[in-house]
Amino acid sequence: MSEQPSQGSAGYGPDSSTRARATEYWRRNIRYVGMLLVVWFVVSYGFGIIAVEPLDTVTVPGTGFPLGFWFAQQGAIYVFVALIFVYVFLMNRLDREFDLREEDDV
Amino acid sequence: MSVQSWTFLLVAASFTLYIGIAIWSRATSTKDFYVAGAGVSPLANGMATAADWMSAASFISMAGLISFMGYDGAVYLMGWTGGYVLLALLLAPYLRKFGAFTVPDFVGDRYYSQTARIVAVVCAIFISFTYVAGQMRGVGVVFSRFLEVDVNVGVYIGMAIVFFYAVLGGMKGITYTQVAQYCVLIFAYLVPAIFLSLLITGNPVPQLGFGDVDQASGISLLERLNGLHQELGFSEYTSGTKSRLDVFFITAALMVGTAGLPHVIIRFYTVPRVRDARLSVGWALVFIALLYTTAPAVAVFARTNLINSVSEVPYDQVPEWFTTWEGTGLLSFEDLNGDGRIQFVGPDASTANELTVDNDIIVLANPEIAGLPNWVIGLVAAGGLAAALSTAAGLLLVVSSAVSHDLLKRSIMPEITERGELIAARISAGAAVLVAGYLGINPPGFVAQVVAFAFGLAAASFFPVIILGIFSKRTTREGAILGMVSGITLTAAYIAYFTLIHPELNNADNWWFGISPQGIGTVGMLLNFAITLTVSRFTPEPPPEVQQLVEMIRVPKGAGAAH
Repeated sequence: MSEQPSQGSAGYGPDSSTRARATEYWRRNIRYVGMLLVVWFVVSYGFGIIAVEPLDTVTVPGTGFPLGFWFAQQGAIYVFVALIFVYVFLMNRLDREFDLREEDDV
Repeated sequence: MSVQSWTFLLVAASFTLYIGIAIWSRATSTKDFYVAGAGVSPLANGMATAADWMSAASFISMAGLISFMGYDGAVYLMGWTGGYVLLALLLAPYLRKFGAFTVPDFVGDRYYSQTARIVAVVCAIFISFTYVAGQMRGVGVVFSRFLEVDVNVGVYIGMAIVFFYAVLGGMKGITYTQVAQYCVLIFAYLVPAIFLSLLITGNPVPQLGFGDVDQASGISLLERLNGLHQELGFSEYTSGTKSRLDVFFITAALMVGTAGLPHVIIRFYTVPRVRDARLSVGWALVFIALLYTTAPAVAVFARTNLINSVSEVPYDQVPEWFTTWEGTGLLSFEDLNGDGRIQFVGPDASTANELTVDNDIIVLANPEIAGLPNWVIGLVAAGGLAAALSTAAGLLLVVSSAVSHDLLKRSIMPEITERGELIAARISAGAAVLVAGYLGINPPGFVAQVVAFAFGLAAASFFPVIILGIFSKRTTREGAILGMVSGITLTAAYIAYFTLIHPELNNADNWWFGISPQGIGTVGMLLNFAITLTVSRFTPEPPPEVQQLVEMIRVPKGAGAAH
């Protein structure tokens, strides 16, 4: 293997201020993940399964799709794709902010 | 040109392409062989992941299943895509940072335990083999239907192709052939879908077309299909029949199972950086979504077409495709009331149903049913083969690396040289192809049911242990091992009980809380989480170097460049 994980070759040193920054970085990451997973749950399990019947009484304007059915078979998938790209964007920004962005020359 | 000439031409051309790529991308080191040198671009890896992930089941069976299940088909659509969100947010970037070659590698190092490593190896091999048997069978079926060779000969041809690029190129060869296979399969899937959408609704975009107006009747297509269903005694297409709870649990099991399948996870070891791993999951889902949002449209078109072209049609006037498929046994008609016409009706109808249609026909026969040109039919055959071969290759790599890396290098013979390990990897890949071929030729009678094992087991074993390994430093070796073992045992026992031991009891009245064997992986996963967390609280905390390792994988910088 190219690296020995047990050596702890992390992007921060042993001193406490960088360590605190790493903790803060992780806390922000967890918050992003939490928010995005709420959306993930609501569009699929919420709109697509739990609330599908009430939503089905509404038709997506201009189409023949019952709304709940549309979420279950189309909408949830589009939202999934969007969620990943939003996370990519948020994390790239966070990496730069905390100076944890990986070098480009690999 | 005839359908068969087109099929020969397109299949041969695609196979030549795969072999050419295999020769071009030979592996020269174990790093090449296991993770393609960790030098694959996020976009290419996304495409390869999509081909790896979308198996013969996605390509051939899924639209058919949805067209029979209506709304309930959403379990596959959401279940097999939603897991990528979990991968991107919870797994892929951290596993990439860890920089291992296999999933058992991570489990063994994070849980500082050879036992945990071996448990993970057993799970990985079992999951992959149950999955791969179905792929080889799919290859055989496509060959036998479209090229009229024996199913077994089809399996041999498929084995030879996979053998060639998996053994020669390892992950590197597999990755670049999968990119080509994705292009073949998505083209083969979209072309007939667009044709059908234009034919039925005049809308060239299938995703919009199935919500559009049916040109024949002038009302919304879904409304028309619901009407047909009601007339013929099927339940309403857009409503479904499964219980909400079961839909919930099956969807969750498939999602979590996706995120826990080793052949999917290892794809994200192949990119250069942590941020590439995140982005690559995004690309993978874009490429998957292209097929997965088309499938429900194909399902609706096919269902409408099927009903329109067979319902109440006199048997002596059936279209040509009907007779062809009858020959394969996948379509059968029995004139129960002796009126010479086909009654294709549902359980609520007053007459008896006389037509049995296998799910797999829908995608394969769709172009014929809709009267599309011959080259489209040949294209579908090449696409089905691409889907089956790409998934088979990815799974076989998991098996070979579990043997040569996790068992040999990391457990039995740590002093093995790089060269020796590469030879061992090639030999085990070759052996895995032979076993897979054997399973394809002599499929265990319950192949269809055991595919549920793959997802259930992945959900109940790897997912919780990997997540907790990253997100909870306090998770201990004892917790992880007991969690994996109990999650797997419960899931496997429940599935085995209802599908192998007492298939006659397999109905909602006997299931726990109405949860079907397909959905039990979710319960196994929850059990695994509960046990791992509880046991971890009462066992000595992980050694400091392991806690340091966890802190290391949480930050992207220094992700071990490709050396």
